[in-house]
This record gives sequence, C-alpha cells and structure tokens, in this order.
Amino acid sequence: MKEFNGPVLFLDRSDINTDEIIPARYLTEITREALKPHLFEDLDLPGFRPEKDIPGKKVIISRENFGCGSSREHAPWALEVNGLYTVLAPGFARIFRQNMFNCGLLAVDLSEEDCREIFQRFAGTEANCTIHFDSSTLEITSLENRLSLTFSLSKFERDLIQAGGWVDFADSRYEH
Amino acid sequence: MGKTIAEKIFDLHRVDTPAEGVEVLRIDTVFCHEITTPPAILDLIARGKDRVFDSHRIKAVIDHVSPAKDSKTALQGKVLRDWARRHQIKDFFDIGRNGVCHALFPEKGFVRPGNTIIMGDSHTCTHGAFGAFAAGVGTTDLEVGILKGVCSFHSPETIKINLTGDRGKGVYAKDVILAILGKIGTNGATGRVIEFTGAVIDAFTMEERMTVCNMAVEAGATSGICAPDMTTVTYLWPFIAEEFSSKEEALAAYRAFTADPDAEYAETVDLDVSSLEPLTTTGFKPDMVVPARELSGTKIDQVYIGSCTNGRIEDLRVVAQVIQGREVHPEVRAIVSPATPGVYGQALKEGLLEIFQSAGFCIMNPTCGACLGMSGGVLAEGETCASTTNRNFNGRMGKGGIIHLMSPATAAASAVTGHITTADAL
Repeated sequence: MKEFNGPVLFLDRSDINTDEIIPARYLTEITREALKPHLFEDLDLPGFRPEKDIPGKKVIISRENFGCGSSREHAPWALEVNGLYTVLAPGFARIFRQNMFNCGLLAVDLSEEDCREIFQRFAGTEANCTIHFDSSTLEITSLENRLSLTFSLSKFERDLIQAGGWVDFADSRYEH
Repeated sequence: MGKTIAEKIFDLHRVDTPAEGVEVLRIDTVFCHEITTPPAILDLIARGKDRVFDSHRIKAVIDHVSPAKDSKTALQGKVLRDWARRHQIKDFFDIGRNGVCHALFPEKGFVRPGNTIIMGDSHTCTHGAFGAFAAGVGTTDLEVGILKGVCSFHSPETIKINLTGDRGKGVYAKDVILAILGKIGTNGATGRVIEFTGAVIDAFTMEERMTVCNMAVEAGATSGICAPDMTTVTYLWPFIAEEFSSKEEALAAYRAFTADPDAEYAETVDLDVSSLEPLTTTGFKPDMVVPARELSGTKIDQVYIGSCTNGRIEDLRVVAQVIQGREVHPEVRAIVSPATPGVYGQALKEGLLEIFQSAGFCIMNPTCGACLGMSGGVLAEGETCASTTNRNFNGRMGKGGIIHLMSPATAAASAVTGHITTADAL
C-alpha cells in the first residue's frame, strides 16, 4: 500500500478533464516517468503554476466530475510519478476513478458540502491531509484550522488498494 | 421487476460479484489500439504473462497516429504489431487496411446485440448502437481483459433518453446528441448507462445511432445503448446470414436485448427534437451548446471532417452535398479524413472525393489524428477549428487552439464562408 498522506494541492474548478491532466501529445511516451513534467500543462486555472505548485504535494482536492473525458490511464500515471497518490473530489468520471483504484491509488468522494467547507477554510493555505484508511476518516489541517471527515470506500475498492491494483487482484481470482 | 438492456446483458455475462454492487463480467470482445495497448503489453511481458485469453476475441488496429509521425509513434505501432503477430491475432488492421476503431470494427461486423466489449478508449460506447454493452476502460482494465477476458463494473443504473418529434431539415444526429449534452450536462450520466429510445432513434440509421452513442461518454455515461431492431439486423445481415434462416429470426433472437416495459430507470429524460436547429459548442466543454447561427460571426482557420463521431459515408455525402459547386474559403484549411478504407473506397466510387478535392479540401487517410491533436491537423495557438469531432477541451487539437463541435453539414458550410455558418444560410 502506498503512502496517501501529505501536503494538499487545491484545484478549484469542476470538470477537470484528462486532456488537462495530461495532454494527448504526450501519449506517445513509453515510460511513465516521461509524463512527469507535463502534468496539468494545459490546465488554465487563475494563479496556478504547475512548476511551482505541484512539487512536494501528495493530495489533490478538487471539484465535481474530476477526470472526465478520455480513458487514458496516463492521467493517474502522471499523478503517480509526481507523488500524488490521492484525489478528493465530490465525484469522479467513472473510468478515471476505476483507473485510480486499478493502479492502487486513492479516489475519495467528498460530499458537496464538505468540499465547499474545505475550500472555504483551507484553499490558499498550506494544508495537509491525513488519510486513516482503517477507520475511514481523514483529517485536513493547516496552522489555524483542523477538519475531520469520514469517507466511504467499497470493499472492492479496499481490496484493490490492498492488492496493489486490479492485475494482481484478478490474477489471484480468475482463470486463464 | 423488469430489466433494462444493460441489466439483461450483465445477467448473461456475470462471472463474479467481488463486493456488493460490483460485477465482474465475461467480455466477448476486447478491442485494442496502439496508444493504450502497448503499456498493457509491456506490463504483461514484465510480469511474465505475455498471453491472450482468446486470440479470436481480440481485435486490434493502429489508428491514432497513422502513418507513424516519429520514432515514438513508430515504436507504439511496432509493439502492437509484434504482439498481434506473436499471438496470431487475425483481426489486426495496419496501414492501408486501418481506420478509426469505432468506425472500422462495426463495419467489419465485430459487434453483436448483447455483446460485452471493452477497449482502452473512452468512445467505445459507440458500439452500444448495436444493443451491446460497450465501455471505455483504462490500460489496467484492458490488460486484465486481454489476459483473463473479464472486467469489473458497478451494477448498471440506466437513464432513459426518449427522443420524439420530427427533425427539421438540416438537423442531424450530431445536433441531437449536442442538444442532449446541453440538457443533461457533462456530469449528467456519470457512471450510468444511457438507453436512447423513441421514434427519432427508431428512424435513425446505424450510422446515426453510432454518432449519438459515441458522445454518451461526454455526459459521463459508461455506455450508450440503442435496442436492436430491423435496422440493426439489416446492417449486420452480411455477417449473420449463416447464423439465421431469415432476418425475422435474427430479430426475434436479438429482441432478448430489448428493455422490459416495467424496467426500472434511474431517470427518464424526454427531448422533442422538433424545435432543434443546427448546434455548435462554445468554450471548452461539450455541454456548452448554442445554436450555430448565434456564433455566425466566429472566424475559423480550419475545418475538420472525420473521427469516430462523424467520419462515416453518410457524413461525407452530406458534406459533398453542401460543398458541391462551391469552394473552400481561401483563408480556411479544410481537412477530410474518411474514417475507414471502406468509407474512403465508397466515397471514391460515388465521386465524393472528387468533389472534396476540387473544392479545395485536403483528403487524408483514415486516422484519429487531429481530433486529439496528435497528428494531421494540429492547431496553432489562438487558431479556431470547426470540427465534426467529439471534444472541445482546452488544447485538445493543439495547445491554445479552439474547437467548435458541429455536424458535418455545418462544418462544410463553415468551410465555404470562413466563419461558422449553417448550411441553409449559404
């Protein structure tokens, strides 16, 4: 299992799509590491500077329908090679969400209310997120603020995280 | 309790329920292309599991960048090609025989009502036009599909979109799906299946149904589905004539994949298409839909006709009709990419290519290229394209480029005037 905790990157917009996470022009790369400098290259978000804002972050908190668009698993890979193993958002596109768990990465659904509160209290600050996987709770903290939330993952999603992804899970369970 | 089409297909393919609400399905056919499959192949090799679950149930094509544009894309093609040969995958389509996957595979007769299909491509939902459950997946799902012939899905909730009314002249399947996106939004069907029903769908050709199902994913849908009917059977007949003694018998068998009258839907959306007019998009999301005439002042630099949405023969016929006797505006680069060799050959036979060529179009080979800005029509920063493709995301056709999605008729008319124009305004 990966280390899911750490500093938060806030991306305050809904419908951030996979072309914005990693543009198609980099899908010709054979290694995942080659995607690293291009994460969020086409994301046009006021004040966001990928080269300054991404390094050191471990957790993304964003808005509705994160990861919509293409099926490219290069999107979670581009997050992974940048050390971003967790995304919190009030809803994900189906393929992106499945791709995260298939890679042993974490996509956590927030309620819209919790999401609003998080952005209100923490956006623009240096915040940290700690995931307590076993008790299904998470904590977001900054110098002045602390917020505890519960989250839910299905048994299947937990199994995938623990197995390190879908290939190993399926391999132990299905013929061929 | 009655069942939706997706529920019936799930019932016939379920091999495991690893957790509540999660179903692992047997996959009838795994489709592959050269962008998302090579990482799966390389991972299988690294794991010492370079095997395929059934070489007859895997179909592969090089379509995204064809011909290869550089050493990297040449290598992607080579990894897929070598793998297809190594595993004796008979249905592998390389240059000269290749086309845009979601146009090529139906044309080859690879889709049947009731099938489960996965591919590492979000527009796999196109094949639901045949009454199949067809879903785009990531590389890891694809890898397990190749190795084991299974894939996991959440139990399907279905939205029914009921399309009624009479389409006005100049309103096409593309306008219908854009109208649906405008109504339900890019998050309107996330994780759900869309069943398209109603008199409009019944009257649609298979090509039109494919255009509609193709963009189901733009609303977040796992698959779009149309119930199989005589139109489906007639399209498939060259491939199924040996299985059935008559079209009626085939239809009776495929009726198994029609929703029950008392099926339960998560939501029903009604749309009367009578008042629709030609549409286009603005901004960077496919649900930002406006009447095309409202953007008639928008100057364009490029027109792109093609893709898995609108690169089929019917689309090319419409374009030819609009541009016949006219010329592409001198400040517009017009590109047409017939989606498959079959479409290309038919367009040649019907004299459409001559019409395109003499109007000033660049006729490209079948490829996905420009749609996702990988090759063959990438935009420069600040340039605008009138496009028959499916996504207007920021930077999709080239960093800083702007895309307006529209029907082939509107794109063709825009090519003539140099700004967004509906065909009836020519």
